Amino acid sequence: MNRYLWPLIAVVALLVFLVMGLRHGDPRALPSPFIGKPAPQFELPTLKNPEVSIGTEHMTGNYALVNVWATWCVMCRAEHGFLLDLAESGAIPIYGINWRDSRPDAIRWLQELGDPYLASAYDEDGRVGIDWGVYGAPETFLVDPDGTVIYKHLGPLDPAIWQREFVSRMNGGGAD
Amino acid sequence: MQRFFVLLVATFLMSSAAAIDTDKRFDDPELQARYEQLISEVRCLQCQNQSIKDSNVSLAADLRREIARMIEEGKTDDEIAEFLVVRYGEFALYRPRTTGKTLVLWLAPFLLVLFGIYALARVVKHRTSLPIDDDSEIKG
Amino acid sequence: MIPEIGQFALILALSLAICQTVFPLVGAHRNDVAMMGVGRTAATGQFVFVGIAFACLTYAFVTDDFSVLYVANHSQLALPTLYKVSAVWGAHEGSLLLWIFLITAWTLAVSRFSSGLPDAFAARVIGVLGFLSVGFLLFALLTSNPFDRLVPAAVDGGDLNPLLQDPGLAIHPPLLYIGYVGFSVAFAFAIAAMISGDLDQRWAKWTRPWTTAAWMFLTLGIALGSWWAYYELGWGGWWFWDAVENASFMPWLIGTALIHSLAVTEKRGLFKSWTLLLAITAFSLSLLGTFLVRSGIIVSVHAFATDPTRGFFILTFLAIVVIGALLLYAWRAPALDSDAGFGLLSRETFLLLNNVLLVVATALVLIGTLAPLVIEMATGGKISIGPPWFNVAFLVPTIPLIILLGLGMHTAWRTQEKTTWVRTVRIPAIAALVLGVVIPLFIYGRVSILLVVGCAAAAWIVVMSLIHPIRALRREKGAAGITRSVLGMSVAHLGMGFFVIGVTIVSAFGVESDRALRPGETIEVAGYEFEMRELRNVEGPNFSAIEAEIEIRKGGDFVATLRPQKRQYLVQKNWMTEAGIRAGLDKDLFVALGDQLGNGGWSVRIQYKPMIRFIWLGAMIMALGGLIAMTDRRYRSKVRKTAAVDSAAAEATA
Repeated sequence: MNRYLWPLIAVVALLVFLVMGLRHGDPRALPSPFIGKPAPQFELPTLKNPEVSIGTEHMTGNYALVNVWATWCVMCRAEHGFLLDLAESGAIPIYGINWRDSRPDAIRWLQELGDPYLASAYDEDGRVGIDWGVYGAPETFLVDPDGTVIYKHLGPLDPAIWQREFVSRMNGGGAD
Repeated sequence: MQRFFVLLVATFLMSSAAAIDTDKRFDDPELQARYEQLISEVRCLQCQNQSIKDSNVSLAADLRREIARMIEEGKTDDEIAEFLVVRYGEFALYRPRTTGKTLVLWLAPFLLVLFGIYALARVVKHRTSLPIDDDSEIKG
Repeated sequence: MIPEIGQFALILALSLAICQTVFPLVGAHRNDVAMMGVGRTAATGQFVFVGIAFACLTYAFVTDDFSVLYVANHSQLALPTLYKVSAVWGAHEGSLLLWIFLITAWTLAVSRFSSGLPDAFAARVIGVLGFLSVGFLLFALLTSNPFDRLVPAAVDGGDLNPLLQDPGLAIHPPLLYIGYVGFSVAFAFAIAAMISGDLDQRWAKWTRPWTTAAWMFLTLGIALGSWWAYYELGWGGWWFWDAVENASFMPWLIGTALIHSLAVTEKRGLFKSWTLLLAITAFSLSLLGTFLVRSGIIVSVHAFATDPTRGFFILTFLAIVVIGALLLYAWRAPALDSDAGFGLLSRETFLLLNNVLLVVATALVLIGTLAPLVIEMATGGKISIGPPWFNVAFLVPTIPLIILLGLGMHTAWRTQEKTTWVRTVRIPAIAALVLGVVIPLFIYGRVSILLVVGCAAAAWIVVMSLIHPIRALRREKGAAGITRSVLGMSVAHLGMGFFVIGVTIVSAFGVESDRALRPGETIEVAGYEFEMRELRNVEGPNFSAIEAEIEIRKGGDFVATLRPQKRQYLVQKNWMTEAGIRAGLDKDLFVALGDQLGNGGWSVRIQYKPMIRFIWLGAMIMALGGLIAMTDRRYRSKVRKTAAVDSAAAEATA
């Protein structure tokens, strides 16, 4: 073969790769390393009642949503209405992790806008957030009855995403 | 093996790094240097391509705090890297860790230079066998 | 109305570009002088109309026409006029228009300065450049039209990204793009030669000044970008191996290799096919860079707000251009081998080494930039490759390159007699090693392997670069002086030496300190005292800021007052930090405000950066060397007679 064809072959390979790269999706999207693994263990005081604590062990036995939120997070407000609807429908218990927030502000926020959470953990210094690999609010984790993380969604939830990403995973193949 | 190469060149690069103070200050200069080195190599995940050393966002500050805590607790660099990788994946580290795939990455510079020298040797060998006198001279 | 004129002008430019492509290429094939002449006219017309479009867009910005979507997105009533102008190229659509404008400018320059070229060859070059214009104009008109309307018009705009509101921005992209786009000329020269099948030493002579010119602008553009990042981004770094930085650096590395390879081809008629390949690669990397930055495929602070559709378009265009060029290459290259030889110790060998090492360096940068994407697609895992890898990897080919640089300059063509060579090289080598130890030890009080290597390398290059000029100064009256080519080479390499010393010293001796400061407090960093005298609120045209007044003293003596600010821009609401810098050739003192602390103080990043200005000074001197070299007499001779002879020759071979 004409050895002068090698550059062409290399370039075609590079181009094919770049086309694949284009269709690959958002380069910033970071899949959670916990998918398929047990949810990170934590125990924190609840938001409303610091005497009571909540942790991962309270969340087993059923599918559960763990939603990371904060009052300074604009997108959290955007998804709040949907979370309220979801909580009312009883489809799934929702637990909150109030991430790096001010307790009084957070309590007031829930009073004004409604509280979809069975309970919210108060993660003042963000350490539990780091343990869950959180890097931007809102993030929502789907945990199965055994306590394994099945899915993580970055960004606000809406009915379409709920159906497509969460319901499908609960019906389809859970950890059982 | 990768460690060796990295250490080899890193010795070139790091051995004279002057004291760089940053917000978590350890009294022990060795710990402080370790701290700065580590935070310069961790990605700020809320940012568009910056280290947590150079970023002021809350997550960067939190991660710096955690790393400082772990150094104080006596964890090794590898353990700290593992801590971050468990939570955020390999993406969090700017220095790719050595696994099968990344070993190639660390060897690449040497392999490429060797290949280049080989190709060059072939060309030179060929050319030195050809006559060097011709009228191709253009003045200037 | 004006935006519509602008859009119409672009459409006209597109039709002219099509003429500029078709007529000259067909005309060259048929040796039809009239057809070939269309190329030059079309090139002028295209320049005029794209210029009109560019002027219309600028007008829309300066008159706050928020009925134009692009203006509404990137400008604001309160934006200072200078930045309204620079906002024209501050985002994707406008910077694309700038790119197109610069292609037409380079094409015009080629058509004006090509009287020494045979008609058919010049026509082909202009035709190829026309093809590139067509591609980019289509890209703009179909996917990225800067003149799209916003109905109803916005009352006020979304403001220019505050990071870009800076004089450095006004110049960095244009300079960079002039270089980026300029490699299209070398590319066109390569394609023209491959079409006709003629590639000889004269071709190399014609190509060199154009390539050097593009390289020169790219050098300045990259240096300016680095300097701007240093003072604007607030963290005091000057290179981060960010994907977009790499996108501009790769064409520069190959461009440097190309300049050196052209020297061999011009002098000895050797490496013709290799030079061709480099010319194709340099521009391909420019196109690749455009793709990487605008397609959304990589993460970067610099990336334009992006869109995979645009990515596909550019990729398709890139594919057509590069595959076309490489097919021509595979066809023509085999016939280009020559039978000339050279000795083991010769300029040719050193230039080959130069090329090998530069290509390796480019390959490493490309690998580091794309490998995360490769790995993610292959295994699903995301990794990061950042400065820790790049800094190590890049040094591997670069340290030998620097050492060889000094040797190659003083090695004769064809074969170098060993004893004279050793005599020339011996003393500077020893001097360099000595200086390598002495400089860090006596000026900064410390040595290490890095320091000795870096300082010795810098001293080595500087000394070796000065030999030719000094000999020329000391020559006897009447003896041949130094040509601009050789002087340019010496100056450019001298610039490289300055660059290396800057990087070495600042990497080794730079000090960074993040501390908390309250008004009235003083802290000590690197032997200087920094006192925060007061904090105050300051209002700017489109921002409000907290400003700290920092007084710097050394040993009690006043050195400077700096006023770093933390600004909040009114529209986009991001917080920007404006560093206070006391600049000097021997060192910079750098202060930036970090975060407000609870106790009335602020976290402050203070940096001591010795010799950092040498980095950019070195780059500027390199560019100056390029300028000197490309104005060498032999490129400027207009030989009408030769042109006539060449036309006759072209007729015979067409």
